[in-house]
Amino acid sequence: MQLDEFFVTGEPLIYAGMVAIAVVSAAIVFLLTYFKKWKWLWQEWLTTVDHKKIGVMYILVALAMIFRAGVDALMMRLQLAFPDMNFLNSQHYNEVFTTHGTIMIFFVAMPFLIGLMNVVVPLQIGARDFAFPYVNALSFWSLFFGAMLFNISFVIGGAPDTGWTNYAPQAGAVLNPGPGINFYLLGLQLSGIGTLATGINLMVTILRMRAPGITLFKMPIFSWSTLITSFIIVFAFPILTVALALMTVDRIFGSHFFTLAGEGLPMMWANLFWLWGHPEVYIVILPAFGIFSEIIATFARKQLFGYKTMVWAIILIAGLSFVVWVHHFFTMGAGAFVNSIFSITTMAIAVPTGVKIFNWLATLYKSKIIFPVPMLWSLAFIPSFTIGGVTGVMLGMAAADYQYHNTYFLVSHFHYVLIPGTVFASFAGLVFWYPKLFGHKLNEKIGKWAFWLFLIGFHVCFFPQYFLGLDGMARRVFTVGPEWFTLNFISTVGAFTMGLGFMVFVFGVIYSFRYSTRDLPGDDWQYGRTLEWATPTPVPKYNFATLPENVRTHDTLIDMKEDGETTFDEKKLESIHMPSYTGQPFIMMAILFFASFALVFEWITLAVIGLIATIVMMFIRSFDYDEGYHIEVDELRENERRARGLDDDRE
Amino acid sequence: MKGKKVSLHKKWFTLALFVFTSFLAGCEQIAVLDPIGPVGESQKNLILYAVIFMLGIIVVVYTIFAVVVFKYRANNPNRKESDYKPEQHGNALIETIWITIPVLIVIALSIPTINTIFALEEPPESSNDKEPIVVYATAADWKWIFSYPEQDIETVNYLHIPTDRAVEFRLSSTEAMASFWVPQLGGQKYAMAGMENTLYLQADEEGVYKGRNANFTGEGFAAQTFNVHTQSEDEFNEWAENVQNEAPELTQSEYDEIIAPGLTDEMAYSGTHLDFVDHGSNDGRDYAVERHAEKYGEEIHLENEPGFAPDEINEEQKEGSE
Repeated sequence: MQLDEFFVTGEPLIYAGMVAIAVVSAAIVFLLTYFKKWKWLWQEWLTTVDHKKIGVMYILVALAMIFRAGVDALMMRLQLAFPDMNFLNSQHYNEVFTTHGTIMIFFVAMPFLIGLMNVVVPLQIGARDFAFPYVNALSFWSLFFGAMLFNISFVIGGAPDTGWTNYAPQAGAVLNPGPGINFYLLGLQLSGIGTLATGINLMVTILRMRAPGITLFKMPIFSWSTLITSFIIVFAFPILTVALALMTVDRIFGSHFFTLAGEGLPMMWANLFWLWGHPEVYIVILPAFGIFSEIIATFARKQLFGYKTMVWAIILIAGLSFVVWVHHFFTMGAGAFVNSIFSITTMAIAVPTGVKIFNWLATLYKSKIIFPVPMLWSLAFIPSFTIGGVTGVMLGMAAADYQYHNTYFLVSHFHYVLIPGTVFASFAGLVFWYPKLFGHKLNEKIGKWAFWLFLIGFHVCFFPQYFLGLDGMARRVFTVGPEWFTLNFISTVGAFTMGLGFMVFVFGVIYSFRYSTRDLPGDDWQYGRTLEWATPTPVPKYNFATLPENVRTHDTLIDMKEDGETTFDEKKLESIHMPSYTGQPFIMMAILFFASFALVFEWITLAVIGLIATIVMMFIRSFDYDEGYHIEVDELRENERRARGLDDDRE
Repeated sequence: MKGKKVSLHKKWFTLALFVFTSFLAGCEQIAVLDPIGPVGESQKNLILYAVIFMLGIIVVVYTIFAVVVFKYRANNPNRKESDYKPEQHGNALIETIWITIPVLIVIALSIPTINTIFALEEPPESSNDKEPIVVYATAADWKWIFSYPEQDIETVNYLHIPTDRAVEFRLSSTEAMASFWVPQLGGQKYAMAGMENTLYLQADEEGVYKGRNANFTGEGFAAQTFNVHTQSEDEFNEWAENVQNEAPELTQSEYDEIIAPGLTDEMAYSGTHLDFVDHGSNDGRDYAVERHAEKYGEEIHLENEPGFAPDEINEEQKEGSE
């Protein structure tokens, strides 16, 4: 293989990308060396098994990936702004929409929400860490290296170019030779290991590690949505794993699962993909519902309306999410009967979702609403998501879907659910729990600017696209006809407004890092309802010195406030068992990264060596007798008193 | 305060009315809402039927949302003590009501949906005095090939159909999965290799309309479009006869050339490729990849250069067909 086949050449934009990557990497290495932070990086972050730090790293990856996939989005919108635009050629445009979609789903939506779950769920249920902290670290590093593998495709080897759905036979070895699709397959496979492991981990954590008294129906709604989500992950992700593996074998070893030649079944890919893909939609939306529920109840200063109904609605949505996948290809010609059944199941999802919308509205009824930034995102979600929801029902009507399918109507619909749903929730949750993560709040004023820019930009960007779709503009075309110019131009203006909103948000993060007050109480927003706000800010390594005893409702902190209880009861202090930090997860996933990279280029020997090294790492883990360590009572007492500002000689 | 509220509602109502009327006025220009045949018509009706429900839902949700957020904000100067009930946790009756209403809406939407789904699997009723004309539409990277077995002719990248008569499209593809779509005639269906799909469409008006592949098939996808010429049965027959008499005969080697990946102009032949291969049959599924395997990796470097306008209807052709 020649060097110019290895590196992507011939595109000025890609050369600029290469330079940017080189400069940023050099800057990071320089800064770490200059400030002597290598040891800190390794000891505090790369080897950590603390769920809070892992959560922070997930969110950092998500933010970096929003930037990358957001730039992709802006490049597409720029290309579509004018009918004569020749900014991206067809091939480049195809790569850009593929990486945009794939990254936004796998490396933004998923890690952002999983990051928030990492930080918040153990705190909400009174646990001191995940059930399997080591596995949790492994999950993060698998996501991290999966994301890296997928992203380097744009400078090395060539990016995938068949859309995030990667349909066979277009993505097969005959129609799409070269390493591009292999990056997609192996990048997702690598990060998928982590997602599945996290699903299991969260499930066990929530089922087994809740503090005494927190029964399932006294669990905060975000933890509930996480539990249901982890069930969906555990049932859905193996399907993707199998589908990716089969196509990898097809492409690299010449089998015929999805090929045209040799009696393969290309349409089986679409089925398998959406059998995972539709539940996936709910994997990224249910936690968002949970986040909104928490925030709305907090800042409406009122109990969530219909808590039990909300829980059952989530469970019902999760169940239905597995029986609607065919609506992604009503046009495949499965027949009237099949399409009718899947139309009904699809529309049925609107029922529990509608109930949730009404319950949020009822929560606001007779409440006392204040409007800090997280509440703004949550309130904006309701009307924005409603548009996405009703157009979803319209798409569910198969006979009409024949006209919406593969058009900008569809594009607009899924952005209208994913952005007000997942993205708004991620921002809302991040701002809401930010003090628990970093020990200070985000600047409200900058946050409001970011919010309004993003919200207005979002509607300006995507609302016109419904009409473009109805006027016959297919998705994934790299040029627009002159008759579609006006709406496309408006859409592009909206997209850049969203980009500006995001930049303001990032500016707010930097500004707040420098100027925000550090000395915060545990209940930073004053109206916290759940257990995470009972911990001091920043949250100590062990989370809770002592656990609450008298849990009566799902609003645990409200009960505790009434009883005058805290999570620091000196009489009950006992030493706390903590897991040791370890570099193994990082090393193991780094090895798997190199093995996968080798497999992308079909260097089988190297890949096999990497695989063997991974198995060796698993052996090492199996004979690991590190039992962790204990934090003793004295240290706990001293630490909690300092954190809570308690007088030392009171006792 | 009371007077102010009424005027606010009035304003919203006027605004909603304005939006709705301008929406209806806009429909004339929107392809899917401006159908030229019974299939597109039934889909348009279904869409508008759904839109009415959806606007209703949106109005209800937005009204409640606006009222509760406005009225129950903490700094509302008109707050009363009774406006704050933090312990209110649910209400079985009211929750039952708002579970029931969506169920009824779903039922109301399902019935016409299912009726239309079944109806679209058959030729349109308005022309059931005539047998549908059969046209094979085959997608290849990146063009459309139309075969008329009865007329024994084949066209590339353009399509002629008679009006007031159902057309039975038999869809397939030489390799990648494409989707056959003429927005003003009706909804799309996939064209796949090794599998034949049937799609019934019908035009009741004469003219030239845009058709395209709606499902991404790679680099030339944006250019995978075709024009549909709808004309009276007599004119159609005349056209078909002309092609049959004047166009060159399609040979297998020429056909193999046509389906190789790349862009082509409009072409016409006498004879059809169905004599060599039927891509919709299991035997024909790998016909193209067997012959052109090594060509799919080559880029065609498609740029949006001046003159590249795949979505345009060529004015010349428009006149030519009239």
